[in-house]
Amino acid sequence: MKKIKLIDIAHGRSGDKGDAANIGIIAYDDNGYEIIKKYLTAEKVKKHFEGICHGKVERFELPNIRALNFLLHNTLGGGGTVSLMHDAQGKTLAAALLKMELEIK
Amino acid sequence: MKEKIRIASGQGFWGDLQSIPLQQVTKGPIDYLMMDFLAEVTMSIMQKQKKRNPSAGYARDLTHILKDLLPHIVEKNIKVITNGGGANPKACVDEIVNCAHKLGIRGLKLGVVSGDDILDSIDGLMKRKAGLKNMENDREIHEVKEKLISANVYFGARPIVAALKKGAQIVITGRTTDTSLTYAAMIHEFKWKWDDWNKLAAGVVAGHILECGGQASGGNFLGDWRSVPDLARIGFPIAEAYPNGDVIITKHPDTGGSVSVETVSEQLLYEIGDPINYITPECIADFTSIKLEQVEKDRVKVYNVKGKPATDLYKVSMAYHDGYTAIGNLTYSWPDAFEKAKKADEILRIRLKDMGLQFDEIRTEFLGVNACHGPLAEDQKDFNEVVLRIGVRNHSHHEVEMFGKEIAPLILTGPPSVTGFAGGRPKPNEVIAYWPALMSKKLVKPIVEIVTT
Repeated sequence: MKKIKLIDIAHGRSGDKGDAANIGIIAYDDNGYEIIKKYLTAEKVKKHFEGICHGKVERFELPNIRALNFLLHNTLGGGGTVSLMHDAQGKTLAAALLKMELEIK
Repeated sequence: MKEKIRIASGQGFWGDLQSIPLQQVTKGPIDYLMMDFLAEVTMSIMQKQKKRNPSAGYARDLTHILKDLLPHIVEKNIKVITNGGGANPKACVDEIVNCAHKLGIRGLKLGVVSGDDILDSIDGLMKRKAGLKNMENDREIHEVKEKLISANVYFGARPIVAALKKGAQIVITGRTTDTSLTYAAMIHEFKWKWDDWNKLAAGVVAGHILECGGQASGGNFLGDWRSVPDLARIGFPIAEAYPNGDVIITKHPDTGGSVSVETVSEQLLYEIGDPINYITPECIADFTSIKLEQVEKDRVKVYNVKGKPATDLYKVSMAYHDGYTAIGNLTYSWPDAFEKAKKADEILRIRLKDMGLQFDEIRTEFLGVNACHGPLAEDQKDFNEVVLRIGVRNHSHHEVEMFGKEIAPLILTGPPSVTGFAGGRPKPNEVIAYWPALMSKKLVKPIVEIVTT
């Protein structure tokens, strides 16, 4: 078992889709993609964003570009101009996800 | 047929860098300039402007930009495709005609795409079973019909291609999809068939890469952002498109920024949902099929894109008035900056309660502490300064206005070493809520007209 910081093996970008945030995470190399594909599950992401994401988390794989896309529902305080959040468009959430540490076997 | 065309991104949103369109037409060869001005909130702002003034309601930036651009695009025969017509493409074209005449440019053909605005025909559409249920929560349209500010169908590339076919050098549209501004050029130049799904999808992917301007060429890049050179003089992306659907993303030489597999990958993932089904009016693109290859410095090949048949529905974006918000900020400094900010929040909430004011939501955030990442923010002890940011939302204008009056008094009647209230009282902002829906394509037809200067 060893710990890997997600920020050391991946980068990403996030934005809004209504009240949902989308977070794309891209591994820098094939090995990194194998790690995120195996360990960066929708459940882990949901737990990471406890208190921030109040809905379900969907995960999609894009192996050709070594990426995962996450949709975090009910996350942006209503979205658009309804939201009172400073980051109402979820622009900083990709960075927040990169804080995660993965325990890999 | 041309062996390739170069489509340049000129604007990624309404308010983007004003110098870019001229840079794109003068710093190297291009065939098309696409400019995206519309976000969801933009249409409702423009619709309100149009209500106040029938000759307003489009992106004024566009006509300012075109003043400098027109002589160059005429000389170099560059075509321009833009959705800057917003809620009033016809008024936008009138203004461009005025511009052209002032510059002595005659005989320039302008294409106008309209018909997307369905605000005044909702009742008729409902009788024809348009549905228009909110696609996120299944609510019925009659709940908000009286409060609607704007309602627009997202047209795709078809009407733009029709305008190009009629000889338009500049195509001004209302609400068309952002991606269509790019792939319409590819369909037109390469005579792609409307059922050549893979090629259409390749065009959509190119459009998605270009539609946010500098976000594909090193802007907002979360990888090794320090490695991106000269962002001050960033070059916006250019799609070099080939008849077989292959596209090379690049930028002009002697500009800043960077086009790499990493910068392009980040943009590919921006604001997407299910990547297998990226739905557009003309096809469904499969983003999982996309392959990227760095062929040279600042040149990334995008290929292998697969597509599927389009649906028989248009997306409709509606906006309605839904109450008011106001947000106040106060800055507290060392010592005990965070503690003071928390105390001020507590005092303010007691005062609001004592006044009998109630809100649908009150939200407090501490900028510098954890406004961005909430509970994921690192624990720190000694902040030099913390910004208290407190926002309220309510359907009553009065309550929100009263809240605005309670912020400044905290400076003289709350915790010490507070500053940052130069902007005056927070004023109520109108909340514009969205109503995304789907509607049969049979119920609405785009209108394509040609105006000659």
